[in-house]
Amino acid sequence: MLATSPAFKQNVKGALADASLQKALAFTRPSFAGKRTAAVAALPEFEQLRDVGRDIKNHVLANLDFYLETWSANVEKSGGIVHWCSTADDARAAVLAICQKAGAKTVTKGKSMISEELAINDHLEKHGIEPVETDLGEYILQLRKEPPSHIIAPAFHLNREDWEESFRASHTDLPEDRVFGERRDILTEARKKLREKFLAADVGITGANFLIAETGSSVIVTNEGNGDLTQTLPRVHIVLASIEKVIPTLEDACTFLRLLARSATGQDMSVYTTFSTGARRPADLDGPEEYHVVLIDNGRTGMIGTEFQEMLRCIRCAACMNHCPVYFTVGGHSYGWVYPGPMGSVLTPALIGVDKAGHLPNASTFCGKCESVCPVKIPLPKLMRHWREREFERHLAPQGMRSNLAIWAWFAKRPQLYRMATGLAARLLSWLGRGKGRVASLPFAAGWTAGRDLPTPEGETFFARYARAQREGKL
Amino acid sequence: MSQPAPPPSRRPRVALFVTCLVDLHRPTVGFAAIRLLEQAGCQVEVPRAQTCCGQPAYNAGDRATARDLAASILDAFSGYDYIVAPSGSCAGMISHHFSGLFDNDPQQRTRAEALQAKTFELIAFLTDVIKITTVPAVYQGTATYHDSCSGLRELGLKSQPRALLASVSGLALKEMVEPETCCGFGGTFCVKYPDISTRMVSDKTRDIAATGADTLLAGDLGCLLNMAGRLKREGSPIKVRHIAEVLAGMTNDTPPIGEARG
Repeated sequence: MLATSPAFKQNVKGALADASLQKALAFTRPSFAGKRTAAVAALPEFEQLRDVGRDIKNHVLANLDFYLETWSANVEKSGGIVHWCSTADDARAAVLAICQKAGAKTVTKGKSMISEELAINDHLEKHGIEPVETDLGEYILQLRKEPPSHIIAPAFHLNREDWEESFRASHTDLPEDRVFGERRDILTEARKKLREKFLAADVGITGANFLIAETGSSVIVTNEGNGDLTQTLPRVHIVLASIEKVIPTLEDACTFLRLLARSATGQDMSVYTTFSTGARRPADLDGPEEYHVVLIDNGRTGMIGTEFQEMLRCIRCAACMNHCPVYFTVGGHSYGWVYPGPMGSVLTPALIGVDKAGHLPNASTFCGKCESVCPVKIPLPKLMRHWREREFERHLAPQGMRSNLAIWAWFAKRPQLYRMATGLAARLLSWLGRGKGRVASLPFAAGWTAGRDLPTPEGETFFARYARAQREGKL
Repeated sequence: MSQPAPPPSRRPRVALFVTCLVDLHRPTVGFAAIRLLEQAGCQVEVPRAQTCCGQPAYNAGDRATARDLAASILDAFSGYDYIVAPSGSCAGMISHHFSGLFDNDPQQRTRAEALQAKTFELIAFLTDVIKITTVPAVYQGTATYHDSCSGLRELGLKSQPRALLASVSGLALKEMVEPETCCGFGGTFCVKYPDISTRMVSDKTRDIAATGADTLLAGDLGCLLNMAGRLKREGSPIKVRHIAEVLAGMTNDTPPIGEARG
């Protein structure tokens, strides 16, 4: 996927001016946080579960080679095939080879963010294979040729009228008098189209929420059941999964399932939770004849052993973005690549380079809400700050900001000169605001005064007034 | 907070960390802090060599400068029973981030850990350490209180300011729908990304205005300047003050933030 992250500021301008996007964001904003709060309140041990989840992931990351090899051996034992892929290119090639070997014309797809990372749809289309997104949100985005704007609610930036418009534009057999009054009408229309595709597909591609080492299983959770049809009906099932998805045991999977849906949508459990282990065995009633896992690194091992390793605990629940005031101001597309919101602001620079994604870790107030809701306690603001440190070291931060910081720091390290400078600044600013207590515009503070007045100082600094009071014996 | 109460024989010696914004912009907050601490039985001193906690450098990724400024604070504030700041953000910088700056310097790290254990935000110090439950202040009005992010999430400041405000004679408190949502200040964030910041603070001022309160209070001057700046731009009559000014009964000493005397 082509990154527009370097153009973050322009993306933001567009997003703020997009009335339809702002309407969708305002509509959804209260719902995620409210549902999570209620779900968490109903589970007294939720806070302890967060610690357990964090600890399991830390243990796995410290022993990643062992768990991946154990998992891989168990996949092969159950008749599956693991394709180890270092890069996105390797993974695209592996998927294409499996599809071509299966003689695939149509490939159905469950929702998968790693597939966005690979831009697998474009790759398959280029080679004459039709990929069909079967998650309702992803389906409409495919019709609209848009990337997802959220990792679990991909079409969350659209309003109901956008759906109707896209269906009318793409489903050319749609009678003009068809009414799209409510959600069910949208569902019915999509279901009709998707049924044909489910039955026609030669290969089904899904992601994986977890890979279980002790059994070699992959786990997906969905609310629509599309994942099950995607992986059960075609002859070949391909799982796309990144290396950090592996967890040791089924018991651990249960721990994460208790954390995941509550953090994501505020459900106790997602509607469908499906464990897949290997290919269809002779006595099985259904299941794919071939079960492949394309295991993808694509930059993740480079995070291990660095200050960013903790990011690999992420279970992609989206709680961080669901609670992020910046995300809800600018929407997911502004971030410019696959992963938006706070988790994206840490992960994206690691995967596409901080030179391209440098804005993302800076566009945060460090309000800390994301960290407070993260089910595996990733210290997201701290990790964003580490990216800012990398940028500062590499002189990627804007030069103006750097110079201002250097001048300020020079004074701040010299208290006596600092007192003189702040004394002058306080008096000057106070004089500018005389009679009003504020100024409406100030050339060197244009960023501030574009949308706000600048309240001006009282006039005398604290230290000047304090010294005066001491001299006058008033203290 | 697990800090043991000071021995009754001696008044606790408290060093005030004024904060750079209070120093430059609103000295009255510093004097209000001194009054509150003295009313609570503390002996207050103001170390001369202080400037800034270093947070602007720290959050800009300039660890070396942050470390230098932290080191000078370690020197300036040694030997006191407590360090108190009228800001959750600056107190949090000292109490949650200083020691991490000295990962490669065990001696300084030990000093930083000792300092951070006795550093408190003003309101948390008054309620959790000194255990005061009331203030003798009077304020006629209806106030709404914004939970600044660092104080709330780093330091657990939530009930304490409300408890003290409840003891102010004449003051009624009306809560916002989302008092815990960030106002969009974020230090240099507000000038690096003014479009996003302005939209965030506009969401905030809408929530503030909807309470019907005539006064907005918070414990961090950065957030207060941001919210006051937006309220004034919108022509709002809502008065904006640091909570310490109200608790210390010093609202006659200076006009609300962004307003002129008279």
